[in-house]
Amino acid sequence: MPNWIVACGTNDVDREDVIPFEHEGCDYAIYRAPDDTFYATDGSCTHEQAMLCDGLVMDYIIECPKHNGRFDYRTGEGKGAPIRVNLKTYPTKVENDTVSIDIG
Amino acid sequence: MSDIETRDYSLLGENSRRAVESGLAQAQWYRTDVPRKRMKELMQRRNGPAIRDTALWIGLLVVLGGLGVYLWFSVWSLLCFAAYGVLYGSASDARWHECGHGTAFKTRWMNTIVYNLACFMIMRDPTVWRWSHARHHTDTIIVGRDPEIVARRPPPLGHIAADFLGLFAVPAAFKHMFVHASGRMLAEEATYVPDTERSKTYWTARAWLLIYAIVVVWCIASRSILPAMVIGLPRMYGAWHHIVTGLTQHSGLADDVTDHRLNSRTVYMNPISRFVYWNMNYHVEHHMYPMVPFHSLPALHAEIKDDLPAPSASIGAAFGEFMPVLMRQRKDPSYFIQRQLPDRSDAVRASG
Repeated sequence: MPNWIVACGTNDVDREDVIPFEHEGCDYAIYRAPDDTFYATDGSCTHEQAMLCDGLVMDYIIECPKHNGRFDYRTGEGKGAPIRVNLKTYPTKVENDTVSIDIG
Repeated sequence: MSDIETRDYSLLGENSRRAVESGLAQAQWYRTDVPRKRMKELMQRRNGPAIRDTALWIGLLVVLGGLGVYLWFSVWSLLCFAAYGVLYGSASDARWHECGHGTAFKTRWMNTIVYNLACFMIMRDPTVWRWSHARHHTDTIIVGRDPEIVARRPPPLGHIAADFLGLFAVPAAFKHMFVHASGRMLAEEATYVPDTERSKTYWTARAWLLIYAIVVVWCIASRSILPAMVIGLPRMYGAWHHIVTGLTQHSGLADDVTDHRLNSRTVYMNPISRFVYWNMNYHVEHHMYPMVPFHSLPALHAEIKDDLPAPSASIGAAFGEFMPVLMRQRKDPSYFIQRQLPDRSDAVRASG
């Protein structure tokens, strides 16, 4: 069953960037892609739990700030060593200039 | 019998277990705060600086190697090989490192090509050393966790001195190649290289041994050491520079701390050494922010230097600081350099 929660305003995230979002003790990362589409994933890297909001967004890739592990943040797919576990992703929607994510 | 306490650096030993239990393993590390906007600028990837440097590097290798062969055997050829050796046996260390982080080039396949070439030259398996270096960044100079600690306590000074000519590292590299070629990993490697990655290591070792076998046969057939002067031996006669720069990184400083300002050293260096070393002289900065490419490390240094200990003024100054400490550690392994940190309470932030 969907559980939509407001994460941020659309202007809170620069294009091709990421910000952190915390809800009930859980960390999420909210991305704004080069085409202005918003995406959401778990907030920390599956390798060693570094916060992805400190990483670098390049096109549709988020690179972890600790060991440069890379994910496609649209699908959560890990793109090679040292990533072995994919990233959990969450549906997003934009209404009235706010970004919501469905944490289920 | 010596009564000097020798610490256990094994990744399979007691200190490894203790580091995990005490929270030193995979800990939160100190990081100087840099505004997100500025950090994004510093992290930006570019192809230009690495293409320029790589073209110069490969170009010099071809010219100096070619002259060394053409002028063989003469004083001039030896001078050419002396420079060629540093570019082969030391500059490859920095290229392996930076391309392993994936930050040297913006274009991934360029990183991959230079990474694999540099790994072959420095005789480090591309897969094993990628994972080893990930651990080095997770648990920098944590005893029992970091597989890349060079100046242990007490420091193996004879071993370190011998490696100025690769006398330990190269035989060890061949031993590893033979083990890997037989389809096995060393026990310590197995602690940080996942099962799924290991077949790459086995096939790389087989390919490399084939190349070295061809070089040996070529030397025998031509009754000349010249083929090995071009491939293989420069890892020994040109190794000294990467040992010099590598020793400046952490030697004599604290271990088992979670602040890179206490266990790493930034050193101002001459332009030639910075080219060979690809700016890794900004070593505190690199450990604190491994996402920042080599060409932006001077800018990162300018950004955060007020929160770091004073850098060493030169390679000589760094050696002047840590060599007496290493000598003392031979008898007193508990001794180390205690860094004075700037008092900037506004800059404190832990990193993940």
